[in-house]
Amino acid sequence: MEVGYAYKGYKKLFENVSFSIKAGEIICILGPNGIGKTTLLNCIANLAVPTEGDIFIEGQNMNNMSPQEVARVISFVPQTIIPSFDYKVIDYVVTSCAPRLGIFERPKEEHYKVAEQAIERMKISHLKEKEYTKISGGERQQVSIARAIAQQPKIILMDEPTAHLDYGNQVKVLKIIKDMAKSGYGVAFTTHSPDQALLLKCKVAVFNEKGKFFFGDYKEILTEEFLRSMYGVDIHLYDIDDIDRSVCIISRF
Amino acid sequence: MKKLSNRQQLLLSAIALIMLMLFSLSIGRYSNNPLDAIRAILGRFDVIKQPDIAMENIIFHVRLPRIFGAVYVGAMLSLSGAVYQGIFKNPLVSPDILGVSSGASVGAAISILLGYGLIGRQIFAFIFGLLAVLLTTTIPKVFRNSSNMMMVLSGIIVGGFLSSVLAIMKFLAEEQTELSSIVFWQMGSVASIKGKEIIAISPIFMICSILLILLAWRINILSFGEVEAKTLGINVKKTRGIIIILTSLMTASAVSISGTIGWIGLIIPHLGRLTIGSDHTKLLPTTIIFGAIFMLIIDTLARTLTSLEIPLSILTGFVGAPTYAYLLYRQRTNVS
Repeated sequence: MEVGYAYKGYKKLFENVSFSIKAGEIICILGPNGIGKTTLLNCIANLAVPTEGDIFIEGQNMNNMSPQEVARVISFVPQTIIPSFDYKVIDYVVTSCAPRLGIFERPKEEHYKVAEQAIERMKISHLKEKEYTKISGGERQQVSIARAIAQQPKIILMDEPTAHLDYGNQVKVLKIIKDMAKSGYGVAFTTHSPDQALLLKCKVAVFNEKGKFFFGDYKEILTEEFLRSMYGVDIHLYDIDDIDRSVCIISRF
Repeated sequence: MKKLSNRQQLLLSAIALIMLMLFSLSIGRYSNNPLDAIRAILGRFDVIKQPDIAMENIIFHVRLPRIFGAVYVGAMLSLSGAVYQGIFKNPLVSPDILGVSSGASVGAAISILLGYGLIGRQIFAFIFGLLAVLLTTTIPKVFRNSSNMMMVLSGIIVGGFLSSVLAIMKFLAEEQTELSSIVFWQMGSVASIKGKEIIAISPIFMICSILLILLAWRINILSFGEVEAKTLGINVKKTRGIIIILTSLMTASAVSISGTIGWIGLIIPHLGRLTIGSDHTKLLPTTIIFGAIFMLIIDTLARTLTSLEIPLSILTGFVGAPTYAYLLYRQRTNVS
């Protein structure tokens, strides 16, 4: 599967953005606050419409596709929200079949099976009958991801999946991202931590401090110099053989 | 109750409703004897000879339409409340708070001033109810603040404005005829509901409630918020629009035959959520029956408690306000 996107400009937030997400690939979207990371992700998720340019899904222009058609290919994990009402985790996850149902249809046994499989895959079966509002933030993130998987998409988008999570849960989510890519999903996520791209050894889509867009392998783009001017702080990159990756850290004040 | 399945719970409450309707049918000022009621019903269908004609008339022309009126109004207002709460993902709203009821009252008052009949009243109530809910939901968008609180405040603005509009119309109304009709709406009553009102709103109740129950699963998704609904492939504007029209039509129909009856659209959905949970596929049928039961009890009390008829809004306030306080106490951790 080959998916290509090409944007030019969104409310002058960004322009000349062009890249593609392929199956089994992870793309880490980086950039300073307010530069347009989330807007870019929203464009791909069909939540915002680019003011210039077009997005293509498997060769088809997204503008010509219904929301349902888009949702069958792309699923979206928003920054976790707490709904106003109590739903059971299983009832929340099963809403993933909405792109495949007619307006008056309700989920059937087969859809519950798909939802349960996704829950098992996230190893959160113990949460199945619990209420979504009464589980922890980390668990809620896992439930959201389970729903994204149950949507049976080709691409999964995640908006700051590690925000609001403790360190252990952050790492867990990154591991899930890696596993999902391994099993063939294309994954794109936004983050404020460049170290996550180094850990995942993935492709990066980056806006620098001036809003200029860069796309490529993390090694080529995330150089010490680039990161320093992008975040405006004294960042150091080290290759550490023991853990088989490079890390980025801040020098002491 | 915990051991019962949802279906059994629903069936039980439906049976309770029917029993209550039969009970309410047999009590009243003329006769409190259930046997008289049974005899009258049998007489109507020529099962027994020499029926009590007066009792028969009271049962079929006074009590029965009134009981059905109470059941419909209770069911419609409660269902509207549950649906509004779901699609606006806001447990604090109800037809009253969103201004739909006030809008529908203004519409009804206009049609009274214009001298229109029942159908005209329904149409005007619907149009103005719909306008009111559109206005209430537009204000938070204009202010770029989509919090639950902003929606409630917006409803207060719209409701406050509309009650002034209603006051102007009372001022303009002819004292003897029009004014008393308008005042009747503000008090809320199902006392004067007759067969033709029941016939007029039955199809609206049936069609809207069936469609809304069919859409219940979509209401679940809309209650997660716009972002989630959109990325699940829901056409949010269209779906929400259809649901708002159906719900407002139902509220307006209720208001056009009974006037504004407060509290019920707020507390019954909460009661339903406490009993059966928030899944709207189960909540909506439950709310319909709970609302009908609640309204029927209130109205039966209103007509039998004292020798004078007690206005409904007095009783719903007395029962509703403390009940809501209790429900809020139970759910206090969820309210932010």
